[in-house]
Amino acid sequence: MRLTDLPLRQPAYVDLIDWNALSASDGQRLREFGLCEGASVEALHHGGLLGRGPIACKVGRMTVAMRRSHAAAITVRTGPQEEDA
Amino acid sequence: MTGLPLIALVGNPNAGKSALFNALTGARQKLGNYPGVTVERKAGRFSLSDGRPIELVDLPGTYSLNPASPDEQVTRDVILGKQAGERLPDALVVVVDASNLDNHLRFALELIALGLPTIVALNMVDLATRDGLELDANILSRELGVPVISTVAVRKRGLDHLRSELESMLDGGAGRVRPTGEQPDFEGLRKEARRIARAAVVRETPSRRMTAAVDRVLLHPVAGFLILLALLFVMFQAVFSWAAAPADLLEGWVTALGETITATLPPGVVHDFLLQGVIGGVGAVVVFLPQILILFFFILMLEATGYMARAAFLMDALMARVGLSGRAFIPLLSSFACAVPGIMATRTISDPKDRLTTILIAPLMTCSARLPVYGLIIAAFIPARSVGPGIGLQGLVLFLLYVSGIVGAMIAAWALRLTVTKGQSGGFLMEMPKYQWPRPQDIAIGLWQRAVIFLKRAGTIILLTNIILWVLASFPQAPAGVRQSEYSIAGRIAGGIHLLVEPIGFNRDISLALLPSMAAREVAVSAIATVYAIDAGDDEDALNRTLGERLQGRWSLATALAFLAWFVFAPQCISTIAVTRRETNGWKWPMFMMGYLFVLAYAAAGITYWAAVAAGLG
Repeated sequence: MRLTDLPLRQPAYVDLIDWNALSASDGQRLREFGLCEGASVEALHHGGLLGRGPIACKVGRMTVAMRRSHAAAITVRTGPQEEDA
Repeated sequence: MTGLPLIALVGNPNAGKSALFNALTGARQKLGNYPGVTVERKAGRFSLSDGRPIELVDLPGTYSLNPASPDEQVTRDVILGKQAGERLPDALVVVVDASNLDNHLRFALELIALGLPTIVALNMVDLATRDGLELDANILSRELGVPVISTVAVRKRGLDHLRSELESMLDGGAGRVRPTGEQPDFEGLRKEARRIARAAVVRETPSRRMTAAVDRVLLHPVAGFLILLALLFVMFQAVFSWAAAPADLLEGWVTALGETITATLPPGVVHDFLLQGVIGGVGAVVVFLPQILILFFFILMLEATGYMARAAFLMDALMARVGLSGRAFIPLLSSFACAVPGIMATRTISDPKDRLTTILIAPLMTCSARLPVYGLIIAAFIPARSVGPGIGLQGLVLFLLYVSGIVGAMIAAWALRLTVTKGQSGGFLMEMPKYQWPRPQDIAIGLWQRAVIFLKRAGTIILLTNIILWVLASFPQAPAGVRQSEYSIAGRIAGGIHLLVEPIGFNRDISLALLPSMAAREVAVSAIATVYAIDAGDDEDALNRTLGERLQGRWSLATALAFLAWFVFAPQCISTIAVTRRETNGWKWPMFMMGYLFVLAYAAAGITYWAAVAAGLG
């Protein structure tokens, strides 16, 4: 499922990131935040009064905020995390 | 530039770099600018244990040597020895957050590979322990090949150790890794960082995480938003209520100084000049120092606690509606203190059109220089009564003025986004730092620097403008029966301006104040004070009345309200125009900014005046 659909506070990990859907600079920033295939993610908060705001999620030990358009490019999977990432 | 050894502090944002910088240098800091760019250069001095002085420079936080914004570019250029106005550092202190090693070690590895003597400060180890993470600095040091020192900058822990390690490093000891000459690739660095981080963890127990718990409340879609609004409201109320006592005290000193001058100097031009031009003008501005410091106190606190990033998160959806990003909220909130640092803070916005729009609307945020103007008019014309529990009418009016600025800015951003800065909006990507209690010393240093900047302004630009105004308003001497402020050169210039602003309810006093207050908004207050002092001459009764009392006698309520509305929008600040020119590389955008803001100011003042007159307040 996409990170936008991940229920809040359910641990998951990144399955696939569609880098082509992101601008080069946004992609780089996401990488620097530690987002990569296999990274653990957990959606924490949806911003905006009507729920169309950004999403705050935990990536590894960091909390980062991103817009839904970024989160839509990230496919996640729930369940036990792969170790080698 | 000094010949001292130069050490650069580098690291990710939120690694606690600035706290370490403050802990090492204390108040011995100097703020400056790198030539050609508006990125602030923050440098200070400290001594090693043998007394040797060292120059320490705090570089802007960045995630990698691949810069995404102008300030990250400076960090990269300094470290590579390419930055104009800075020599290549003799050593690096890489600051990493102990509880976010995976991420911060990747950048540390990138820096170590450059081959400069390097020490890693494993910072905020106390917070890592609080989160149930126990780390072994020796393992880290072995794996990284450079000394690693555990620090808690906010408690000054580990600083002596850091100093002695720097000492042996500058003497040619450890800390240097032979550069391999290879450009390490991102993925390789990430994996290596992860391996080392795992090796260094001695014990990891899941524990209650304070930040997550607090975020559940503060980032709640409804509660979080209300808390943000409440915080801003308290902030603006405090600016008025907390400042009253210290402002009275300052006012007393200014009056006493004036009386001393009257008592010691013989009457004449020198006496008049000091009393009317200097004390009357600059003194009227200096009494607003407490209010400005209270405002900066709140902003520094919001930044230091980590709340500012949450405010940006909450505001993003709203900002997106007018084509901005939540990130723009931070420079805009700083602009409440002063648009100059606010506009400089826009360099963290990577999208050029987002950034330009934010710069163009930053002057609409009510900066602290408007406080003297608002403060004077509100105190004189708005009764100090309560309109609800804990809500004063004066504070409420002030709050409404701030809201008008914000609403105006949002409408302006929306309109700009449809016209001059049309195009795809950039995104919103931001780290949310952990919450922490700010160290009182860090806040004190920040306030001290702001106070010095304000007093310097009062002593230079405001004083100078006031001296010129005093001369223009004092000569030629008016014959008996004619008001000096109308007969003088300044009065005649004001007469011309008056023709333009009469339709929006501005009287001759205001016309006279408008031109000098182009230099800085506070000058409006000092200019009016100076002119009244000149008009009063030796009339004891007139001199004994406060500025507010004199205004009440000469201005109608409609005029006062129109004057307030004007100042919500008018771009009267040379420094803002100069920084806009620097940041946008030319005169086009600052000219555009002045143009649209003056049109808005004229319209707002006019509408306010005509509405007030229609309501019978004229």
